Amino acid sequence: MSTNTIVLSEAPARPLPLRLHEWVTTVDHKRLGILYVLYALVFLLIGGVEAAIMRVQLIRPHNDFVPPEVFNRMFTMHGTTMIFFVVMPMVFGFGNYLVPLMIGARDMAFPRLNAFSFWMTALGGLFLYFSFLGGDGLYGAGSAPDVGWFAYAPLTSKTFSVGHSTDFWTLSLLSSGIGSIGTAINLIATIVSMRCPGMTLGKMPLLVWLNLVMANLVILAVSPLTAAQLMLLVDRYLGGHFFDTQAGGSAVIWMHFFWIFGHPEVYVLALPAFAFASEIIPVFSRKAIFGYPVMVLATIAIGFIGMSVWAHHMFTIGMSAGANTFFVLSTMAIAVPTGIKIFNWLATMWGGKIRYATPMLFCAAFLFQFLIAGLTGVTLAVAPFNWQLGNSYYVVAHFHYVIVGGIVFPIFAAFYYWYPKVTGKMCDEALGKLHFLLFFIGFHLTFDFMHIPGILGMPRRIYTYEPGRGWDIWNLIVSVGVAFQAAGILVFAGNLISSYFRGKIAGNDPWDAWTLEWSTSSPPAAYNFAVIPTVRSRRPLWDLKHPEDPDWRYE
Amino acid sequence: MSTSSIALPGNVTDWQLPSRGRVGMWCLIGAESAIFTIFVVAYLFYIGKSTTGPQPRDVLHAPIFYSVCLLSSSVTIHLAVRRIAANEMAAFGRWWLATILLGGTFLFGTAREWIHLINDEGLTISTNLFGTTYYSLVGLHALHVTIGLLALTIVAVFYFSAKLRCEYAERLEILSMYWHFVDAVWVIVFTLVYVIGVSQ
Repeated sequence: MSTNTIVLSEAPARPLPLRLHEWVTTVDHKRLGILYVLYALVFLLIGGVEAAIMRVQLIRPHNDFVPPEVFNRMFTMHGTTMIFFVVMPMVFGFGNYLVPLMIGARDMAFPRLNAFSFWMTALGGLFLYFSFLGGDGLYGAGSAPDVGWFAYAPLTSKTFSVGHSTDFWTLSLLSSGIGSIGTAINLIATIVSMRCPGMTLGKMPLLVWLNLVMANLVILAVSPLTAAQLMLLVDRYLGGHFFDTQAGGSAVIWMHFFWIFGHPEVYVLALPAFAFASEIIPVFSRKAIFGYPVMVLATIAIGFIGMSVWAHHMFTIGMSAGANTFFVLSTMAIAVPTGIKIFNWLATMWGGKIRYATPMLFCAAFLFQFLIAGLTGVTLAVAPFNWQLGNSYYVVAHFHYVIVGGIVFPIFAAFYYWYPKVTGKMCDEALGKLHFLLFFIGFHLTFDFMHIPGILGMPRRIYTYEPGRGWDIWNLIVSVGVAFQAAGILVFAGNLISSYFRGKIAGNDPWDAWTLEWSTSSPPAAYNFAVIPTVRSRRPLWDLKHPEDPDWRYE
Repeated sequence: MSTSSIALPGNVTDWQLPSRGRVGMWCLIGAESAIFTIFVVAYLFYIGKSTTGPQPRDVLHAPIFYSVCLLSSSVTIHLAVRRIAANEMAAFGRWWLATILLGGTFLFGTAREWIHLINDEGLTISTNLFGTTYYSLVGLHALHVTIGLLALTIVAVFYFSAKLRCEYAERLEILSMYWHFVDAVWVIVFTLVYVIGVSQ
């Protein structure tokens, strides 16, 4: 029997306040990872309710479920919440939990910085939602921010945004941005400096590689956002003129600063999702990943090209022909490395002995949904096409296809795949498949059909519309899909809770997987590995299970 | 399955990876560079766009002496780190205090310049675009000098309470990377604000 189990069975049940205190003061990467994920789940529910409120409002023309000003707050809060307080903490949580385990380390490089980063992110979420109470200020004007998630100037100026709602928005992004940069520094230092003996860069699991590139993107992309928030604070509190067009300032430069963050951010969220798919698809296809070096190179290429495409969000504001051409071409170029990735995942599945357990179901759906999302992305990269459909529901459908279809689906896969490692219990398969089915149906009802009103000319962010424009039936279908998605999420949440108490005992390695985290107990002991492992190939557990035919002979 | 069983009979000897502190500091410098880049771009973009006075060429005078102070503090901190690595604590203390003194002189220079601009020239952060971009960029840099000075002072406190030993040389070297970065940023800020900015 290993030492891990002895330690675990000896731990006596302590009173609740003491245990909570341990969680609040923890610097353990696994506990912080769990905190990140739980925090993101809470905000997922909140952000989902905000989306549902918008869809109820739009279910039929001239609906008056919420007044226009509340509708504006809902789309602002939904966007800000989902990007900064759901998907980002989610991928950071998984990265925090998995990266040290996968590289055979006992913790992150800087455990206290890790805790600091989490609590800064948590503070950001509190700032954002405190605006519902404190946003009024002394002006009695507005509560939550209503300037849209990219907060274009001059909407954010004191003139158009009285009260404190925009201040809470900018403080929230500033503090969560500092947390994100801290986590990114930590991830890079961990991956560069903490790998176990034998794990050269070329032997790291793909998840670790993708998190390394993601962390670099966070450093290069979130820092400009932080700088832009500082400028906005100067404008709002000190009477500065950065974005004040009356005094010679520029509203367009805010757009540039925001999207220099905003587009790489898509890859910050997408690369960890690709990372989950890159770990899960091989295990459930019973094959090693196809084209590992090409996958790494494609990831790095996405990182580089992703930094040079931001202004495709700005075709509709009117840029020079040279700028338009550059951003059209760079945006189209990024389809190449992402396409390479899709082919590699397909080639991994090709000829494999595929097991359609819940994680693999989500990954399979991810593959073709991400393909469609990429294709509508290529259409939007064409500047003249973008002039027609920019700021319409076509764009809304496109980026939700990316973020829900291409990022949230692999995140769900990751939940089902690593839940046994984190809790020691298996997640219920029947409920998992029900979750998949409901969410899959809901996703396609909502976001497939959302493209159509966009093509028919429905602009985004309108709180209601005239009947008889051909939009009515599509909006009804889109809103009905939300009910399926909500049901799926409730099944998911119920499954997470009930499996924790009643799930089957998982054991160390329930999926017969190959990376180091499956060699420790489930859940892992605080120190992860009693003995720091030594690896000789990309699949150390394969080598262990098949000593007659180890991978390192071929790599 | 016990964790120890995965310790495969490897042939890995002499497994050396870069120091995590150094890597972390490089990453921090990368993030800070990105922040400064945005402020520098804003300054460049807004040169000559102020709708009212005062303009840079009317009020700015290059702080040559204070800049020399800051840049030479990079030399003194480098010498200090070399002395502590060689376990020459007294020499370390002298160079370290010289660094703090030089950095402090630079901050004093910034303060004097700002007092002059505010009181005599009537330029504040809200006067015009030049004021906004100038105080933001120079102020962001001064903030970094201040944070650096705080860190240097904490080390000095440990030095005087005789808690500093030569084993910590690497940590101080990592701190000195930050200080070199702050100095390097000043070269860019100086060129932009006092050379390019006033020639327009």
